[in-house]
Amino acid sequence: MAGKLKTILVAVVVPSILISGFTGCAPGIPKDALKLSETSLQDRQMQTRRYDGSSEADILSASAEVLQDLGFNIDESETKLGLLVCSKERDATEAAQVAASIAFAFLAIATGSSSSSLPIDKKQQIRASLVVKPGGEDNPGSYFVRITFQRTVWNTENQVSKIEGIRDPKIYQEFFDKLSKSIFLEANEI
Amino acid sequence: MNLRYRHAMITLLLCCMLLMLPGCASTSKDRVLETTKSQVELRSFQTRAFDTTDREKMLRTIISTLQDLGFVIDKADSLIGLVSATKLDKYKLRITVTVRQRGNSQLLVRANAQYNLKAVEDPQPYQDFFSALEKGMFLTAHAVD
Repeated sequence: MAGKLKTILVAVVVPSILISGFTGCAPGIPKDALKLSETSLQDRQMQTRRYDGSSEADILSASAEVLQDLGFNIDESETKLGLLVCSKERDATEAAQVAASIAFAFLAIATGSSSSSLPIDKKQQIRASLVVKPGGEDNPGSYFVRITFQRTVWNTENQVSKIEGIRDPKIYQEFFDKLSKSIFLEANEI
Repeated sequence: MNLRYRHAMITLLLCCMLLMLPGCASTSKDRVLETTKSQVELRSFQTRAFDTTDREKMLRTIISTLQDLGFVIDKADSLIGLVSATKLDKYKLRITVTVRQRGNSQLLVRANAQYNLKAVEDPQPYQDFFSALEKGMFLTAHAVD
């Protein structure tokens, strides 16, 4: 009897202390979230190209064309500010994760463990915004195109497993190669 | 088993359950209009005035500043002067920035942000955003009374 009561006591006391102690203590915004980072200039160069001798409207429509080539759907546009927003949903399965999951399942059977299989990445949403900006007084007649990608990945249990900005130079290089062809102009790296 | 000991245990148990109750007094629906700071206080650190009337340049600079800070733009509207953007970096940070005219020589810029499931109600991140915007505009951001 006393043992049972003790168990209930532990089951109630510990969570209640935790709940009352932690309410309102969820970690806040990181200190550098809205600060320019040391890599922000580098990121800007990776994500930007300069195009000369074309109009803003032409660059925007060529960009929309390339985004469609890449399977994106346009979600938003504000041509007065040179903006296109697009997204696509794709499979996120990775061979290495599948292999690890299978190995885990075998191990679970071998050790007689009752734990279920290891969740693996299943689907992802990729979003991008593309912004065309006039060169201004320093670069009259030219336009800067900057694109930024980010993605959210869900696993087989429908939990978010990754939430990140994409900082892979190859991806940006490949995008601008396609855009340059589409605009029929040479992209000038800034 | 000692009856007094049992009573003490049960009392302690009930007290602990009571500890959990305060959170239950309000429903999650109450959070629709909830803020922890006063309206005046929020406005004071979310708003700055810039000595320019070039709305388009301001909006385009807001967009490029947000891109510098790692955001992907969600929406922009030049007519009413607003930009919304999201940053994903193991967390989700959403921001909306609006621009409106103030008198004949100034623009008011206001930003509000949410970090994961919470409103950002700490002045420092807004200060950081406005100092990045100052650099992009080559103008000083003035505090507004």
